Formats: sequence, structure tokens, C-alpha cells
Amino acid sequence: MIEALNLRVIVEYLPLFLNGLGATAWISLLSLLGALLVGIAACVARLSRISALSGPAVAYIEIIRSTPLLAQLYFYYFGLPGLGLRLTELQTGILALTLNSGAYTAEILRAGVLSIPSGQLEAATASGLTFFQRLRHIVLPQAIGVTIPALLGQMIVLVKDSALLALISVMELTRAGQLLASERFMPAEGFFTTAALYLLIYFMLKLLSGWWQKRLIFQTI
Amino acid sequence: MWQYYFNSLMTSVPFFLKGLWVTVQVAGISLIGSTLFGFCLGMARTIRLRALKFAIAGYVDLIRGTPFLVQLFIVFFILPEWGLQVEAFSAAVLSLTIYGTAYVSEIVYGGIETIPPGQTEAAVATGLSWLQRMRFVVLPQAMRPIIPPLVGQYVLIIKDTSVVSVIGLTDVTRVGWLTVQRIPEGLMVFGLVGVLYFCICYPLILLSNWCETRLAGGGTGIRL
Repeated sequence: MIEALNLRVIVEYLPLFLNGLGATAWISLLSLLGALLVGIAACVARLSRISALSGPAVAYIEIIRSTPLLAQLYFYYFGLPGLGLRLTELQTGILALTLNSGAYTAEILRAGVLSIPSGQLEAATASGLTFFQRLRHIVLPQAIGVTIPALLGQMIVLVKDSALLALISVMELTRAGQLLASERFMPAEGFFTTAALYLLIYFMLKLLSGWWQKRLIFQTI
Repeated sequence: MWQYYFNSLMTSVPFFLKGLWVTVQVAGISLIGSTLFGFCLGMARTIRLRALKFAIAGYVDLIRGTPFLVQLFIVFFILPEWGLQVEAFSAAVLSLTIYGTAYVSEIVYGGIETIPPGQTEAAVATGLSWLQRMRFVVLPQAMRPIIPPLVGQYVLIIKDTSVVSVIGLTDVTRVGWLTVQRIPEGLMVFGLVGVLYFCICYPLILLSNWCETRLAGGGTGIRL
């Protein structure tokens, strides 16, 4: 079946695919950064003793985790203009990805924080560190360190989730495949090329994750 | 105006429930298929046969490395080119099952790997066959690490069924998409869609959490 692929057309559309690959990469990276910020805030709020903080954080995390990303994407896409908030498709997409991934990142970080022995926090409190100092010097460095492989996993999820942005016509990797498929009536060429490029990103991230895990093990020995 | 749209949305609730029923059907069939095939592949991966191991690991990587949307497009648009006609419902169930099987098999394989090899060795020494070992020794113990992430995976698969709306299957998400063309209040319409998904997924998430604390013992209970 691979011999049957029309390579000439794929080469012709290659610039479009590379554009899409670049767009997918930076959309995912940007969303990951956003998700990390949202995730840290949500995780800290969730673990806080003040219920006015932990309540909304729990609600945010559970609502996001219980509804599909596509429904969330449509929610912002069709809903925000009604509030007078006119975002471009790309901005809407990044917003949806960030808020979606933020909830999962918060849960990943929470697992990382919970793995820290509570004696460390008690010692930090006893030595007079403030809340933010404890967070900055004791909790976050360790929580992020152990959770890097999980965060890279989240990056893989983000790269794949960003495919849904094609449905609100954001130009990225899946959109490039869709364009080839519909302009030339060649779905095989379009979607197999798209899949191959996603696999390229996936294996790179997987290698990175494996390398980091090895590093972590050697560090602790 | 808002009131008018709200009333209008309330009259179309039956369509949403119809869509929910399609979602439940697609999700139900795919979950059963994924669990069945996933357990088979997960167990098969522990067989000491290099080619089989590589084949299954390769399949899992292919599925995990590509978005479900692209897999769905491949099944829906490319199979007909190869002379296999699939309509939307079968394409949705087929691609979701292929997709879910990979993740379930990974969870099952991971769970089986946590069982100390001494257990299997002892079972071999007592003369149990491969199937008997799996059935009576390995799987009953492996269920403990398997069940919590499995339920979590079910939630992910149920949510991913929303993607099949793009090939024209009238599930809840597509009903929302169709309704929003008529009632231009996206927050309200997709709020309702969200509520319907929430009613299915949240109890499962709670179940997964409950299984986790029940089967694995609680955390350290740290508070910041």
C-alpha cells in the first residue's frame, strides 16, 4: 500500500506539512508553558487549607477532566464572541489547550508534591520560611523534578490534542493533511504523512523522557 | 433574548438526550471491544516471543504517537479507497476500539509486569499451563494495579468519542454543534453538552479515585 502512495504530491505539499509541523510544535509548547502556570496555581490552590481557594480549584480540575476537549473548544469558540470577547481561532485553540492541560498538569504536580515527605515542610516552616519561600525553594523544585517524565507525557498528549484545532480551521499538522486530502482527493497521502510527522514528534519526546528518567535514577543513586 | 434562547434550548433537550444515547452506544461497544482485545494483547505481550513483543509494542507506539482524530480520518476516508466501505457508526466504533485496545493493553501489560517473577516460576513448577497461570495466578493479583488506571482510561475513551462527531455521527457533541447554528449562545449550548458528559464521566473518575485509595493505600496527606 505504501508503494501506491503518490510521492510527488507529498513532496509538492511538503512545505505546507513542515509549516503545519512547526505550528503544531509551537502551539503545543506555548500551551504547555501556559498549562504549567495554570497547573502550578491550581495545584497550590487545591492543596491549600483555605477552602475558598481549594473549592474552586477542585471544581476547575474536575470539570475539565470530566468533559471532552472538543466540547470545551466549541464552548470557547462559539461562546466567547457572545461575551464580546473576539479571539482568533488560534488564540481560542491555545486558550482551550492551556486550560485543559492545566487541570491535568495540576494533578501531575499534586502527585509530585504529595511524594515529598511532610517532615521537609515542617522543617521549612520551623526554620521560618514563608509560604512562598517554601513553595519556591522546597516544594516546586522537587515536585517538578520528579514529575518531568509525566510532564513530557503531558506534552505528548498536548501535541496530539492540538490536532483538534484543525476542526476550527487553525493551520497545523492535521489541517495540512486535511487540505491535501480535500484539494487533491488523496486522503491516504494526506493523513499518512500527517501521522508520520506526529510519530516523529512522539518518538523524539519519548527518547527525551527515557533519557530524563535514566538521569533521575542515576541522580538518586 | 437570553430567556428566549434558554427556552428554545430547553425544547431541544430531547435531541441532546438522543445524542447522548448515540454517545453511550459508541462508547459502550468500543469499551467492551477495547477491554477484550486489550487484555488479550496485554497478556500476549508477556509471552517470551520476541517478534510478538515487538509487534505489539510497535502497534501501541503507532496508536499512542498519533492523534485519535487522524486515526479516525484514516479509517473513515482511506478504508473506502481500499475497497472497504464503512459507514460513520462502524468507522467510529472500529477506530475507537483500535485506539482503546492499545491503551488498555499497555495498562494490562504494565500491571502484569508488577507481579514478582517468583509467582510465575512457582506456577510453572506446579505444572500449570500458560492459560491456567494467567487465569489463577497472575491476573487475579494484577487486577489490583490494573483497575484504577483502567477506569481512568475508560473516562478518556468516553471523552474521545466526542471526536467522532466530525465524521457526521450525531452524538451529543454534534447535536451541540448543530444546535449552536440555530441558538447562537455557545456558552449555554456547550454548557449543556458539558453537563451531559460530566454526568457520565465524573462518577467514573470518582470510582477510579476510590479504587485507587482502596486498592493502593492513601497518600501522605500533605497540606501546603
